Amino acid sequence: MNEATTVLVEGASKQFGRGPNAILALDDVSLSIEGGSFFTLLGPSGCGKTTLLRLLAGFETPTRGRILLGQDDVTALPPNRRPINTVFQSYALFPHLSVARNVGFGLKMLGRPAGQIAERVARMLSLVRMESFADRLVAQLSGGQQQRVALARALAPEPRVLLLDEPLSALDLKLRKEMQVELKRLQRETGITFVFVTHDQEEALTMSDRIAVMSAGRVQQIGSPRDIYARPANRFVAGFIGESNFLPADIQGKIARLGNAEVRLDRDEPQGRVILAIRPEEVRLGDAITARVVETIYLGNALQVMAELPDGSPIVLRLPAAQAVPLPGTRIGLDLPGPAIQVLEAD
Amino acid sequence: MTDPQTKATLNSWALAAPALALLVMASIGPLLIVLVYSFMTPGDYSGVERPFTTQAWQQVFLSRDIFDDTLSWADAHLTIFWRSVKLSVLTTAITFLLGLPTAWFIATRPPQRRAMWLFLITIPFWTNLLIRTIAINEIIRSEGLLNQVLGWFGAGPVNLLYTDTAVLIGMAYVYLPMMVLPMYAAIDRFDTRLLEAAYDLFASRWQVLRHVVLPVIRPGIVAGSILVFVPSLGAYVTPRVLGGGKNMMIGNFIELQFGQGQNWPLGAALAVLLLIAVALALAVYVRALAGAERNG
Amino acid sequence: MARSAFDAARLPGFAAIAIAVFVLLYLPIVTLVAYSFNGGESVAVWGGFSLDWYGRAWANETVKAAAVRSLVIAGSASAIAAILATLAALGIVRNRRMKGRGAAYMAINQPLMVPEIVTAVALLIFFASIRQVTGYQGLGYLIAAHAAFCIPFSYLPISARLEGMDATLESAAADLYATPMQTFRHITLPLLMPGVAAGAMLAFVISLDDVVITEFVKSAGQDTLPTYMLGQMRRGVSPEVNAISTMLLAVTVVLLTAFFIINRQFNRRKS
Repeated sequence: MNEATTVLVEGASKQFGRGPNAILALDDVSLSIEGGSFFTLLGPSGCGKTTLLRLLAGFETPTRGRILLGQDDVTALPPNRRPINTVFQSYALFPHLSVARNVGFGLKMLGRPAGQIAERVARMLSLVRMESFADRLVAQLSGGQQQRVALARALAPEPRVLLLDEPLSALDLKLRKEMQVELKRLQRETGITFVFVTHDQEEALTMSDRIAVMSAGRVQQIGSPRDIYARPANRFVAGFIGESNFLPADIQGKIARLGNAEVRLDRDEPQGRVILAIRPEEVRLGDAITARVVETIYLGNALQVMAELPDGSPIVLRLPAAQAVPLPGTRIGLDLPGPAIQVLEAD
Repeated sequence: MTDPQTKATLNSWALAAPALALLVMASIGPLLIVLVYSFMTPGDYSGVERPFTTQAWQQVFLSRDIFDDTLSWADAHLTIFWRSVKLSVLTTAITFLLGLPTAWFIATRPPQRRAMWLFLITIPFWTNLLIRTIAINEIIRSEGLLNQVLGWFGAGPVNLLYTDTAVLIGMAYVYLPMMVLPMYAAIDRFDTRLLEAAYDLFASRWQVLRHVVLPVIRPGIVAGSILVFVPSLGAYVTPRVLGGGKNMMIGNFIELQFGQGQNWPLGAALAVLLLIAVALALAVYVRALAGAERNG
Repeated sequence: MARSAFDAARLPGFAAIAIAVFVLLYLPIVTLVAYSFNGGESVAVWGGFSLDWYGRAWANETVKAAAVRSLVIAGSASAIAAILATLAALGIVRNRRMKGRGAAYMAINQPLMVPEIVTAVALLIFFASIRQVTGYQGLGYLIAAHAAFCIPFSYLPISARLEGMDATLESAAADLYATPMQTFRHITLPLLMPGVAAGAMLAFVISLDDVVITEFVKSAGQDTLPTYMLGQMRRGVSPEVNAISTMLLAVTVVLLTAFFIINRQFNRRKS
């Protein structure tokens, strides 16, 4: 089931324009997407994730590199001959066609018999729970309903891969969370490979089987949500996913020195000057380092304390809301637990 | 392998080709023929003959005395040119003075009513030029509405038809919508907060008009002026119906050369002259618009 | 507390002038229409309301022939102009980086930039030579000339509609396996239709109303309604001309209203 729905991107680069004004939107990107999985491309705007998606759909051809779907090289195939369908960010539903006709459009273009189309449309509409809207026009639907129709339309032709270009960005928070669950369910039920593009890291962490974090046309890290969150490979990933403290330190043996303080590491790490990354919620009260409180913010469910280490580096930590509020100017003792520290290259 | 951009351009030109072919054949191409004809000799009955000469161009401005062969200014021709320019300028001025309040009025109507007012100004715009000219005729002819109304007040009949004034009234009437619409577009984009700022700084209504409104809507004024001036210069129907045979403008004079006058090269030369005048006016327009955008 | 009555947008005297202008704009037209119902023979004296002149106009064979000719030319020219303008718009609007775009654009709008009398004279000369060579005397010249100067008028609403169309719709169709032809047939053309209809209507009105170019290009006996009326004006006004004018006016108003309504409906249904 999954062989044919594996996607392989080999060394893809995409350049727009020529000469000195050329833009390199993708720089030697390689990744492999397991068939039947939920794969997310995550990154800030301009990082190249949408370009990569368009490459997969066939709307752009790579300047260099190949794209393989299962065993087939689809790099040169135009979009209307690729068994890959897209859910567009703006939905792109055909305004002059009813919901049913929208959903059946792909099958009609492929020349399937009318009876088969009608049956498939009905099945798709019930899959996204829009059966009673079959004859409505697109303009009469709300944003969330349009989204589901766009999904049904893209799923109807039974593609091997479904591409989703930031489909939830136009929805309000509550609807968004509902749709995230919906999409996950749909992916599991249909078993189709989903390639999902978003800039929202929380969304990516919630929904994906694997994530590719991108920046400036390059893949920064690929891994499961847990890997990406707990073991960011570089400063960009650490800073983009969740919040992180970046503390300069010097490692000797298994000890990291931050100024006069010492922190014990639990693994062998590269020696010399490094950056320690640790998330605010992992910083504990203790006696390894003394910091001076700069400001405390009440977050409702926690206290966010901004402090300064002896060497001047800023550090942020979270404390339970019920705790006594540390006042600006006072000193607090902190501990950086070994397992929570991620060692990164120094700047 | 052709790069996609070149392929796209070829595709675009292929799609545009039929339209462009028709335009070249039935609109653009013939203009070149006119230019060529202006350098030929009038044929015996009509049309032109081979010897290439600049005679027609001379005839535009000069006339040869039939007795002693001396060249002098062709007064009759120059009168016609002067009348054309004069009437066109006056028409532009009148349509501006009447058009500005009208455009302002429409633009300051509440949004629901505005569509209705625009519709009302659009109907005369699309009504046949000839019909509108005939309508003016109905008003100003000797037994027309104007004289009838004057008669009720005991005032004497006014003989307006077949004068320069009649042509002027006709052209102002016919071209007024052309001035209103671009000005309306410019006023529609006008930010009323500028007015409030001006009043806040002690400006009177007239000062606001002069120092705030007019400069800001200048592109609209320029556009409207061109849309009135150019057709006025080349007007044919209105001077023919309202001016009779005597008060000719360039358009009528050109027609004469292909009708009774039987001097095709002269007609062609006059047409080219008109084209040059229009091109100059358009050049002035582009400069004025660029100036307005720089200062705007 | 009374609200301020200061209206920043009010300029002194402007409303009065504007109203006067509207009255003056419609007065001559209304007069013309009124006179067409004049029962009397004399143009000066009101002889009671009557549809006499309309009857006479309808009975006049020359008028009928001219009317038919006007409709035939306008119908053909508007159809040709709409089709050609659609093709051109499809080529030009979507291709942002088309080489020579400015030149193509100028060529399409050329009829708007040259005074009608100049084009009329040019066509007179050009078609005269063709007539001599081929001997063809039919309506073809008029139809070709009309179609040409109608193209810029058709182009405008079509290109506007095309630009307002969501470009991703065509990508979506391709994504769903439609060939370029299928995309055009099922997606682009239906969505473009209101623009094409508007373009055809505009061209129809423009062609119907044309005087100058028709006057110069026609052969003897090939009068359209406007050229017929122009000829009649030589002999002074007659209520028959008024009647014909009123009928033409009615056609224009009907077409314009239809145009406005279609425009509004489709602006409301835009998604």
